[in-house]
Amino acid sequence: MTTTEDYLLRVSDLNVKLQNQTILDNISFSVKKGTTLAILGPNGAGKSVLFRALLNLLPHSGNVKWAEKVKIGYVPQNVAVSDIPLSVKEFLTIGKSEIDAENALSLVRLYDKSILNKRLGALSGGELRRVLIAWALVDDPTVLFLDEPTNGIDVGSEEPIFLMLNDIKKKRNMTILLITHDIHTVKEYSEYLLALNKCVTFFGKSEEIANLATQRTIYGEPVCVETLKAEE
Amino acid sequence: MLDVVILSLFIGIFVGTSAGYVGSLMVLEKMALVGDALSHVALPGLAIGILFNFDPFIGAFIFLFASAAIIWQVQRVTQLSFEALVGATFTLALAIGIMIIPEPELLEALFGNIAKVTMIDAVAAAVISVVAILLTRVIYRKLVLAMISEDLAISKGIDVAKTNLLFLFLVSVVVAIGIKIVGTLLVGFLVIVPAIASKNLSPDMRRYSLLTALFGAIAAFSGILLSNFLSLPPGPMVVFSGIAVFAVTIVVNWKRKITV
Repeated sequence: MTTTEDYLLRVSDLNVKLQNQTILDNISFSVKKGTTLAILGPNGAGKSVLFRALLNLLPHSGNVKWAEKVKIGYVPQNVAVSDIPLSVKEFLTIGKSEIDAENALSLVRLYDKSILNKRLGALSGGELRRVLIAWALVDDPTVLFLDEPTNGIDVGSEEPIFLMLNDIKKKRNMTILLITHDIHTVKEYSEYLLALNKCVTFFGKSEEIANLATQRTIYGEPVCVETLKAEE
Repeated sequence: MLDVVILSLFIGIFVGTSAGYVGSLMVLEKMALVGDALSHVALPGLAIGILFNFDPFIGAFIFLFASAAIIWQVQRVTQLSFEALVGATFTLALAIGIMIIPEPELLEALFGNIAKVTMIDAVAAAVISVVAILLTRVIYRKLVLAMISEDLAISKGIDVAKTNLLFLFLVSVVVAIGIKIVGTLLVGFLVIVPAIASKNLSPDMRRYSLLTALFGAIAAFSGILLSNFLSLPPGPMVVFSGIAVFAVTIVVNWKRKITV
């Protein structure tokens, strides 16, 4: 039986309006401790806005109830690093108390120490994502917010990042909120799914994404179009 | 005469260092031209100081900071870019300044004059520069994090809006004291060129900020020295010295790329 202590976050009737436009409409869901909640939806569905509201970066109404002593680590989707002469080591110590930058990197399986002296802008997409995750992990968070953590990196590099995240989650009994576009990621690396399209279109176990009926609920009925027939 | 030269060199080192250090953040913020344009806002302040017989640089600072605060507030409300707002403000200020400043002082205000510096000017420049550098050091990393991602900075409890306001205040301070050396037209140089020269050579933030401060000091010191030797106005001489430093960094950077 699930008790209230099992939940890290409970959200009810969350609404976000920006410039008189409803971006999120009556969103309700809950997140169990130690699980991964995938947040899925088309562009403009309000996924990143939901993150920003939960992080108190945006004005919102409704009820957002966190468990006690929650520490949040956040990896945003977009970062501007190309033009800033900032080394990885310097980045890992921004806003942090005394930390061991090398340990932070080994957490995300970047073992080559020379990377510490590299400029952030000179990293590959996969390396940069790992460094951002390392930065979020340094404070030992209880929950990790990942906004499309494999954004801008090739398909082959995605899998190792999710495997690594899964491993860290298990070791630290961490909770993850993960924005993604990828059904495979939802199926393989999350226990729960919240599908959004301004309102909640689905909330339940991730394994249900395999059901066609659930996919129809999330993506809507297919629309068939007429195409030219090949000449006989 | 020798006293004035020594005092002006002393001022040059402090002003060049602080303007360079603060400017290093402006260049990263893509606000290089904001610093340049903002300097022109000082002109009406200088004029009012001259007309009402108080230190023109106090007038310049009041105008600079008031404009910076207004721009900051308008930017927050309208979400227009800093550059556009500063562009509108500086042309208005320039127009007012040229209308009201007495003609003999116009040239001095535009291009600077350090022939009349006193011991009080030197001490004030040193104290203001040191305070500006220390305060900039406090907000440096916070602003860099906000440049990488504003959401990330806010999520770490950094008040980005207030940090930006403090930054604009510091820009106003260094621009106001920089005007003494190079004048309103050229002070933008002191916040832009040392930073871009340093960027050519810096793999990390520590070296970037240190080199920027050093290049600012070198440009100001050598420019003032040259101006005394050649009996030429200090503003253009500071600019020429700084451009020489910038040119050297381009060559070093280029050579390094060829070698690699």
